[in-house]
Amino acid sequence: MIRFILGKLLYLVPTFLGITLIAFSFVRVLPGDPVLLMAGERGITPERHAELSAQLGFDRPIWQQYFDFLGRLLQGDLGNSLVTKKPVLTEFLALFPATVELGLVAIVIATLVGVPVGVIAAIRRGSWFDQISMTGALVGFSMPIFWWGLLLIILFSGILQWTPVSGRISLMYFFPQVTGFMLIDSLLSGQKGAFASAASHLILPAVVLATIPLAVIARQTRSAMLEVMGEDYVRTARAKGLPQSRVVGVHALRNAMIPVITTIGLQVGVLMAGAILTETIFSWPGIGKWMIDSISRRDYPVVQSGLLLIAGLVMLVNLLVDLTYGLINPRIRHK
Amino acid sequence: MKLVTRSLVAASALAMMTAMPAMAKTFVYCSEASPEGFDPAPYTSGTTFDASAHPVYNRLVEFKKGTTEIEPGLAEAWEVSADGLEYTFKLRQGVKWHSNEIFTPTRDFNADDVIFSYERQGKADHPWNQYIAGVSYEYFNSMEMASLIKEIVKVDDYTVKFVLTRPEAPFMANIAMPFASIISAEYAEALDKAGKREDLNNLPVGTGPFKFVAYQKDAVIRYAKNADYWGDAPMIDDLVFAITPDAAVRLQKLKAGECHLMPFPSPADLETIKADPNLKLDEQAGLNVAYLGYNTTMAPFDNAKVRKALNMAINKQAIIDAVYQGAGQVAKNPIPPTMWSYNDAIVDDPYDPEAAKKILEEEGVKDLSMKIWAMPVQRPYMPNARRAAELMQEDFAKVGVKVEIVTYEWGEYLKKSTEVNRDGAVILGWTGDNGDPDNFMGVLLSCAAAGEGGANRAQWCNEDFSALISQAKQTADVAERTRLYEEAQVIFKDQAPWATLGHSTQYVPMSNKVSGFVMSPLGDFTFEAVDIAE
Repeated sequence: MIRFILGKLLYLVPTFLGITLIAFSFVRVLPGDPVLLMAGERGITPERHAELSAQLGFDRPIWQQYFDFLGRLLQGDLGNSLVTKKPVLTEFLALFPATVELGLVAIVIATLVGVPVGVIAAIRRGSWFDQISMTGALVGFSMPIFWWGLLLIILFSGILQWTPVSGRISLMYFFPQVTGFMLIDSLLSGQKGAFASAASHLILPAVVLATIPLAVIARQTRSAMLEVMGEDYVRTARAKGLPQSRVVGVHALRNAMIPVITTIGLQVGVLMAGAILTETIFSWPGIGKWMIDSISRRDYPVVQSGLLLIAGLVMLVNLLVDLTYGLINPRIRHK
Repeated sequence: MKLVTRSLVAASALAMMTAMPAMAKTFVYCSEASPEGFDPAPYTSGTTFDASAHPVYNRLVEFKKGTTEIEPGLAEAWEVSADGLEYTFKLRQGVKWHSNEIFTPTRDFNADDVIFSYERQGKADHPWNQYIAGVSYEYFNSMEMASLIKEIVKVDDYTVKFVLTRPEAPFMANIAMPFASIISAEYAEALDKAGKREDLNNLPVGTGPFKFVAYQKDAVIRYAKNADYWGDAPMIDDLVFAITPDAAVRLQKLKAGECHLMPFPSPADLETIKADPNLKLDEQAGLNVAYLGYNTTMAPFDNAKVRKALNMAINKQAIIDAVYQGAGQVAKNPIPPTMWSYNDAIVDDPYDPEAAKKILEEEGVKDLSMKIWAMPVQRPYMPNARRAAELMQEDFAKVGVKVEIVTYEWGEYLKKSTEVNRDGAVILGWTGDNGDPDNFMGVLLSCAAAGEGGANRAQWCNEDFSALISQAKQTADVAERTRLYEEAQVIFKDQAPWATLGHSTQYVPMSNKVSGFVMSPLGDFTFEAVDIAE
C-alpha cells in the first residue's frame, strides 16, 4: 500500500511542474498588462509605463521571471497581489473556506441525490422514473449556470421569498471568523438564528453548483449499475435466492461504485469551474470570484499562484480518489 | 416550507433583539465590486473611493453635495496670492481622528497631517512613499502634482502654505479629489512602531463621517457612525456595503429589502424599477462624454472638412435610442452640459447624409475604406460600443464610406489607440474626475496630450485651441475662464477632431424608505446625509 501511495506521489512532481509553467504562461499570453489597465482612458506615456513595469519586475526577460517565481515558490512565497498588495496566500486562505463549504455541500447534495436516482433508474430501466430522471439529468447537465442561478433567485428569493438573495449570512450577524466555514462559525458564535441564516444562504448556491455534478453522477451510476446487473455473479446471487435489496446493495452497487467514485472525484474540477460563476451570481466571497477579478485586472501573481493552489488541490483530491479505489477494490492496490 | 420560513423569520427576529443594540439604524448599500484597498492615494477606481475616501476620510476642501463646486473641508478658509502661486489654508481646529484597536490618537488633526499626506505621494525618498513594495500614486502623478507643488510650508499648527511652480486654476478642484485625502501622521507613526505599515491600506483611520469597522474580503464592509464628526453627524448608526457584483442580483436584493440602495442598474431593468411601488429611481446627467476620435494626422482625416462630413453622416439620435436605450443625450461639445463653461450656443452638425456625400466628393474623397475601433467593454459613458460601431457602419455606407469594425482586448485597446499612426477612428470616452473643464479639454484635446501614450487619441494638436486651454488653466477668474473655454469649444466644433456621440444618464435605484441621498455629478456614492424611515 505504501509503495502504491509513493508511486502515485511521484507522478505528481512532473505534473506540478507542468502546472507552474501553464499557470505562469496563462496570464502572460493574454493581451494587455496590469499597468495599462491601471492607467485607463487617461493613457500612460511610454516612459511612465517602463518605470512602473520595472518597479513591478515585468521588464526582466520572461524566463527569468519564471525562474524567480519558481524560486520563491520553493521558499513558500507565492508573491503579493498587484492590486491589494497583500500576500496571495493570505487572500487565498481568507476566501478558500467559503469555496470549500459551498463545494462540499454541493458535492454531498449531488452524491446523495445522484447515486440513489441512478440506482433506481437502473433497476427500473425503461420505467417512467428512469425516463423522467434521465431526461432531467440531460437538462441539468446542459444548464447554463448563470441563467439557472438567476432563475432560482427570482423564483425562490424574489417571488416566493423563501431564501435570501445572496451573501453568506444575514448582515445583522457580525462575529469573528474562526474556521472560515460559516456553518461552523455561526454555531460557535452562539448567536441565535445565525446558523439558520447561514444555512438558508447556502441552499440556493449549493443547489446551483450541484446541478451539473448531480446530472453526471446520476447518469454514470445508472450506466455502471446496468453493466454490473448483467454480470454473471449478479445472476448467481439471484439464483442463490438472495433478496433483491442484497443483490443490488451489496453485489451490484459495490462493484458499480468504482467508475462512480472516479466521476465524483473528477467533479471536483468541474465544481471549481462552476464555482466561478456561482460565486459571482450569489456574491459568494470565494476563490472563484477572486480568480475572475484577478484575471480581468491582470493581477499576475494572484492568477498564477491562485491557479497553482487550485490545481494542487484538484490533484490532491484525485490522489485521494485513487487511494479510495485501493480500499474498495483490493485488486487495484495489489497491481 | 412555510413553516421553515416562519421559523427563520422568528429566529431572525430573536437574533435581532439579542444581537443589535436597541434602535440602531443600519443602512445597507449593495456595492458593485470589492475595493482594491483602503488607502485612496494609490488607486484610481470609484469603487475604491466610495469605500475609503468618502466614508472614512476628508480633504482640505470638498465638493459640495450634488455639485462640483468647492466648499471648505478640513481647511476652513484659504487665500490665494495675487500671482496665483501661493495657497494658504487655515485649518479647522478640534477635528478628531478615529481610533481603532491598535491606535488611540493623542492629538487632533493639524498641519503635520496635511504635509504628511501630500509628501508621502510626491517625494520618492519619503519614508512612507513605498510603504508597500511597488505602490505608485497614479492620480497624484497624472494630475501633475509633483511638478506643480514646489513646497508645502507649515506656517503654524493650523496654517499650511502650498507654493506652486506655476499658476494652476484647477488646483482647488484637484485637491478635493479622493487621492488628496488627509491621513493621520500619528497613525502612520504608530503603525511603523508596531511593524504593521501595510495596515495603512487595510485598517484606515480618518476624520470622516464613518469609522471603519471591518472588511471581509469580497463580502462585506462595515462602518460605524463617527459621533465626534466635525460636520453634521450621520443620521444612520451603521453603514454596511454588501458587495454584489451582478446587477440583476443587486436589484433582487433591493427588492427583497436586503439593501437600501444600489449603483449601476442594468438599463433593461429601469422600467421594472419605475413600476415598483417600493422603489424610487433618481437620475442625473452623467459627467461624461463618448466620442469617435479620428486620427487627424492621417489622410484623409487630416482634412477638417472630411471629418465634418463624416460627422454629418452619423445619425446620433439613433445611437442614443438603440445603444443607450434612451438613457442619454446627443453630445455636441466635448464637455457635458452640466459642466460650467458648456457652450450651448454651438449648433451641432446636422444629420444630413446627402450634404455629407457632397462634401466628400468636393474634397476628392472617393471609395474611402476606414476602420472603426469598438471597445470590448461596457463603460459608464458607452453601454455597447460594438452596437454603436455597427450603426455608424450603416450610416457611413450611405455616404459611400466602407467601414471595417475592429476591436482588441481592453488593455491593448487603450494602448494601441494612443499610437500616433493608428489606423482608424476610435470609440472611447471620458468620465470627469473633478468637474473642471480642463479635466476634459486639457486632458483629452491639448497638444501636450497628443503623442504616444497620451489621452489625445485624435492626435489633434490645434495651436489656437491649446493656447486658449493653457491660458484658461492659468487664469483664476472663473468668468474669464468660462469665456476662454467657450471659445475653445467653437474651435473644437469647427475642426471636428471627434464625432461627439453622447452623454449617458446615471440612475440610482433605492428603497422608498431612503431619504437624503444626493447623486454626485462625479459618480461618488456618499451616505453621511442619508436616513431611513422606520
